[in-house]
Amino acid sequence: MSEHDHHHHDHDHDDDHSHLSETELRVRALESILVEKGYVDPQALEAILQTYEEKVGPRNGARVVARAWSDPEFMEWLQRDSTAAVASMGYTGRQGEHIVALINTPEVHNVVVCTLCSCYPWPVLGLPPAWYKSAAYRSRVVIEPRQVLAEFGLTLPDETKVRVWDSTSEMRYIVIPMRPAATDGWSVEQLEELVIRDSMVGVREARSPQSASSTTTDGSTSNAR
Amino acid sequence: MNSIHDMGGMHGFGQIPDIDGPEPFHHDWERRMFALNFAIGGLGLWNIDMSRAAMEATPPDEYLAGDDYFRRFLVRLERLAVKHALVSQDELASGIGSEPPRTGLNAIKPQQVATMVRNGNSSMRSSSRQALFKVGDRVRALRINPATHTRLPRYVRGCEGVITLVQGVHVFPDASVLGNEDPQWLYSVLFDGIIVWGRDAEPGLEIVVDAFEPYLEAA
Repeated sequence: MSEHDHHHHDHDHDDDHSHLSETELRVRALESILVEKGYVDPQALEAILQTYEEKVGPRNGARVVARAWSDPEFMEWLQRDSTAAVASMGYTGRQGEHIVALINTPEVHNVVVCTLCSCYPWPVLGLPPAWYKSAAYRSRVVIEPRQVLAEFGLTLPDETKVRVWDSTSEMRYIVIPMRPAATDGWSVEQLEELVIRDSMVGVREARSPQSASSTTTDGSTSNAR
Repeated sequence: MNSIHDMGGMHGFGQIPDIDGPEPFHHDWERRMFALNFAIGGLGLWNIDMSRAAMEATPPDEYLAGDDYFRRFLVRLERLAVKHALVSQDELASGIGSEPPRTGLNAIKPQQVATMVRNGNSSMRSSSRQALFKVGDRVRALRINPATHTRLPRYVRGCEGVITLVQGVHVFPDASVLGNEDPQWLYSVLFDGIIVWGRDAEPGLEIVVDAFEPYLEAA
């Protein structure tokens, strides 16, 4: 996979260039007309982008998970009132007004989807990745989750139940993955490094200490940065 | 509305795309589109259910074009902007304003963004209404097929499940889309995969769907 940061420049594929150009032109026309008519302040657009590109992202969720692994009282609070527990760390608001933490165990593995649109817990995970919004993920994960998880490299034991949560209301779900083995005595900060975004959607597990110490980067270790 | 957006259980969409792709944006126009959608939503002309209904009314071929979420945002926002007389079709086509703007609207200011993000917009409402169901109750999702907005996916309609969480009283999307909040109790209902998919269910599958009380009956 590519490690480049693509956020700030185009990299249209040649084979669909005309399609994207048409889309791009329409976006530009829409933006310029909305700004010209005074419905949109261009500085507000910059503030919105800065918020979701620099401030709100999956590191927030990783802090919640690492604390839940480290602090039994916080874990208990998270299970009793996830919204309040998460809010106590400063993670509140838009697309995460009501949060439920789903605790993975050897018996039950939780996975989150929104089959009807793309609901996702923004305050703790940021904006959803493209695959989460894809027709393939939305259609398949409720009927064949094990096959979907296999595409992410995750194979669960047959005896583990797979519980798929379809976000059909304004409740937002975050998965608390199981704490990796051989992490006794690790600090909260060390544990945070093991918590990748995909483990909080439920399509991967948290990183193992071995993969965390490895210098090579595969897809599963880069996506919470 | 039984439209293309209600995708749970469909076959034929292939492998999960871009599982290690760059996130959250792939192109600069996607960034612009995301921010525009946020900013125009802040004018308060439509609520989230009206916005979702506009997406669901997108013709299937257009909805699926490129399977691109931000392109869907574009198509929807163009349609909503014309419907609410923010712009005309001609202005959209040319990108040049030829008519005076709609008055009485306040564009969101940059200093409002942090507060909007932090506070969000809760769907929960206080209510003295008693919940009909409690955790552990067996319920059946109704067989309904409204041509208007609903949040009960087709794949659980008619299926029996068990209440697993009681989530409080929230704005009811089916009414909110028509401009009336009509708050209702909300439940997370757990369905056994076998009940939903029959013998084609993967072993050990459970599905939880958030369902408003009017979607449910005692089973």
